[in-house]
Amino acid sequence: MTYTKRLDGRKRFDELRPIEAKAGVIRRADGSAYFRIGRTIAYAAVYGPREMHPKYLQNPKGGVLRCNYNMMPFSGAGERVRPGGSRRSKEISMITEKALSSVVDLSDFPNAAVDVFIDLPQCDAGSRCAGICAASIALADAGIAMKDLIPAIAVGRVDDKIVADMDYQEEAYEDGPVADVPIAIVPSTGEITLLQMDGEIPKDMLMEAIQLGIKKCMEIYEIQKKALKDKYKALAEVVEP
Amino acid sequence: MNETQKTHILRALNKNIRFDGRTLTEFRDVSVERGVSETAEGSARVKIGETEVIAGVKLAIGTPYPDTPNEGGLAVGVELLPLSSPRFELGPPGIEAVELARVADRGVREAKAIDIKKLCITPGEKVWIVSIDICTINDAGNLMDACALASIAALQDTRFPKYDGTELDYRTRTDKKLPLTKLPISVTVHKIGSAFLVDPLPEEEEAAEARLTVATTPDGTLCAMQKGGDTPLKFEEVNAMIDIAMEKAKELRKHI
Repeated sequence: MTYTKRLDGRKRFDELRPIEAKAGVIRRADGSAYFRIGRTIAYAAVYGPREMHPKYLQNPKGGVLRCNYNMMPFSGAGERVRPGGSRRSKEISMITEKALSSVVDLSDFPNAAVDVFIDLPQCDAGSRCAGICAASIALADAGIAMKDLIPAIAVGRVDDKIVADMDYQEEAYEDGPVADVPIAIVPSTGEITLLQMDGEIPKDMLMEAIQLGIKKCMEIYEIQKKALKDKYKALAEVVEP
Repeated sequence: MNETQKTHILRALNKNIRFDGRTLTEFRDVSVERGVSETAEGSARVKIGETEVIAGVKLAIGTPYPDTPNEGGLAVGVELLPLSSPRFELGPPGIEAVELARVADRGVREAKAIDIKKLCITPGEKVWIVSIDICTINDAGNLMDACALASIAALQDTRFPKYDGTELDYRTRTDKKLPLTKLPISVTVHKIGSAFLVDPLPEEEEAAEARLTVATTPDGTLCAMQKGGDTPLKFEEVNAMIDIAMEKAKELRKHI
């Protein structure tokens, strides 16, 4: 068996779905972003540095980055998602924090918190990666000191092919083995800050998939930078038409 | 809000001046966009000035209540996402979210906006349950009217998923719409000093002594009300506030 043609009509196996990224979409937030990849949409908002509550979580050595991933109740393809968080959303919140924290420098803000809220109105696979992409644009938009932005993408295999950015149909492919590997990187160093895998994949295929993921992250990185530049270009035009 | 700020707002209102230059009964720009979430059976984004909310409808099949075996179900929830304002926190819905949801729910329910008898599949056994969830994206005042409007627009956008009598296929949407009848429009009037105003900014909401939300059906019948705020209202004040709300409802109705 071979996987010959992508189910959603994409021409190449390494092709990403269309991406749209915007910075500064939520006025009340200190920084915010919108990130859409295919039919998956993520909003991210950053608040802080602000006082950390509850107080026992305060760190006198520096600020703490806190992330919260949340699917809106109507964002799942099937039944309504009960609001209020699940084990899945807790785990994704935690891995999002880990994916971002190494590039975020909060040493100047002892006892403070920087809160990142990721909310998704519509999901079609790849939502944790979309959330991380949005969150890192939002952190930069909030003016938080960062060593780099963090792009993220899911790669993997569908049957005999290594693919990038699977949608739901591909994840649910039944005529052969599937593996899903979300990864996030620090573009300036090439280091990996998020790596998960579920499915079946031989090691050589996995290594190839990760390499593809790194390459695809670099494409997303350019889109993230452009989103930030576009916001400030638009502001500059208001000041000096 | 401190006394100085409040005095400032009051003084300006006495001269008919608001923070953003509007008259007392003028709404900010209102926009309604439908079909904003493909995973929902119906959805809508409502913007009132910088306030932005997204409502989504999910349909499910459930069992009816024993006392209403021929009627479908309706549930409305509001999520005041911490994404949308520094004053919202994670955790179970607080009283503000509960009130917003209850007021939006009563508007839809009491206007009989949905013909819930038509949501019955097998009496006493299977009915459609309509869940409306409203999530806030940006809080810049007047979430009350924004949430109510978004829920109506999302209901209008709703299409049933495919159901063959045993299995519900969420991935295949039919052309069948919800059985909608009289759609309510909610307008909230706020009282600050002797002034009555609509579509408040957050500062005005904070300065308000009382508010009255009035939902009306297309023929001008009132179908739900909610008074809020600590200050009591006089009979004449209620009368005047209802008039304003009904007048503004005609304007908002153009969006549905």
